[in-house]
Amino acid sequence: MKYLDEYRDADAARRYADAIAAAVTQPWTMMEICGGQTHAIVKYGVDELLPDGITLVHGPGCPVCVTPIAKIDAAIELARRPNVILTSFGDMLRVPGTETDLLAVKAAGADVRMVYSPVDAVKIARANPDKEVIFFAVGFETTAPANAMAVYQAARLDVPNFSVLVSHVLVPPAIEAILSSPTNRVQAFLAAGHVCTVMGTGEYYPIAEKYHVPIVVTGFEPVDILQGILMAVRQLEAGRAEVENPYNRVVRTEANETALRIMGEVFRVGDREWRGIGTIPQSGYELAPDYEHFDAERRFDLSPAPPAAETECQSGLVLQGVLKPCDCPAFGTRCTPDKPLGAPMVSNEGACAAYYRYRRG
Amino acid sequence: MCLAVPGKVLSIDESDPLMRMSKVSFGGIVKDISLAYTPEAKVEDYVIVHVGFALRTIDEEEANSVFEYLEQMGELEEIRDGET
Ligand code: SF4
Repeated sequence: MKYLDEYRDADAARRYADAIAAAVTQPWTMMEICGGQTHAIVKYGVDELLPDGITLVHGPGCPVCVTPIAKIDAAIELARRPNVILTSFGDMLRVPGTETDLLAVKAAGADVRMVYSPVDAVKIARANPDKEVIFFAVGFETTAPANAMAVYQAARLDVPNFSVLVSHVLVPPAIEAILSSPTNRVQAFLAAGHVCTVMGTGEYYPIAEKYHVPIVVTGFEPVDILQGILMAVRQLEAGRAEVENPYNRVVRTEANETALRIMGEVFRVGDREWRGIGTIPQSGYELAPDYEHFDAERRFDLSPAPPAAETECQSGLVLQGVLKPCDCPAFGTRCTPDKPLGAPMVSNEGACAAYYRYRRG
Repeated sequence: MCLAVPGKVLSIDESDPLMRMSKVSFGGIVKDISLAYTPEAKVEDYVIVHVGFALRTIDEEEANSVFEYLEQMGELEEIRDGET
């Protein structure tokens, strides 16, 4: 496919790896934010091409992984109600809640449907006026325009039986939370390219300056990732802390203004709990006051969240780059993709699933 | 889930004012994609698509820059090699 194959070229990758090795004089630790990048890194063995001094730690950019257990429990509770069709991206279905997951609830007879796009959920609502159709709206900035448009459309088309269970998260506040943590060891960031297709790169300049940390906007193919690493290494070696964007075939400095307008209409920024990490101030979207009547948590009377159960899952440490998945005691034994203990073992973007799938044995 | 994939716009349907719709081909698989966020997208353009929405048109000129950068690196390497 055009604009894809050439970015997996082994020769180009090798040349980048050589350039990185030539540039490194001391050890550096950098974090790729996005779980899609984590998968590409592990799948194509990008980390194995790197010189010993470069450590890649995997970031929290897996929307499914950071969705709080209370939201999963709420989705499960709603899905079990007789008059409800619960819709969601496929990744959400197998994420464990306190007691079960959405797939098991579906198998037991609940109407749970996977959708490709949130606007498909609005279509389902219009086709089923006697049902309550709820869309489980998770995601980062990349997904926010689509989710915002679904709500905007439901408002314009007056679809009273549509609502959303919102668990939206934002990347820059998460980067700041990681950098402010006393256990932080990340010295540079590979920012998630597709988040920046929506937001532009403007939000990263103050962070690069405040924390003196290089931030390189990076794509998802092996060659993109290696290029991002090389640029980060050269900044670190030179003592620079700048925002660079080699992924400019897709990302521009400016935000997508059309998308921002609809997102700004439908959402407002609020505090958000991240599973395994805790609440990060001003790190998520909620529905704006004019759209609050589409909020499933307001529309339906939900039982209060049970106290957090003890779990062996170390996902919080994995998501903050403190622990490698394979160093979790449950990894590959008590926790596998067939019987996951935590979300990072489920999702296509989860670091534990990437390690299990591509590094087994 | 944050992954967005490049595809080529085959045709555009402007009949719904809220949702400018299009057929986009992803290596032969054709899907209905909204161009609501890419008002500039034209037939034949490459767009980067996520959960049913085109988020950006892909800049053809920039598409090759990753390789240009490599070329520059190669030159730098040669200069460095020449010095040692
Ligand atoms: S391996 Fe399983 S239990 Fe361990 S952190 Fe990952 S998801 Fe949690």
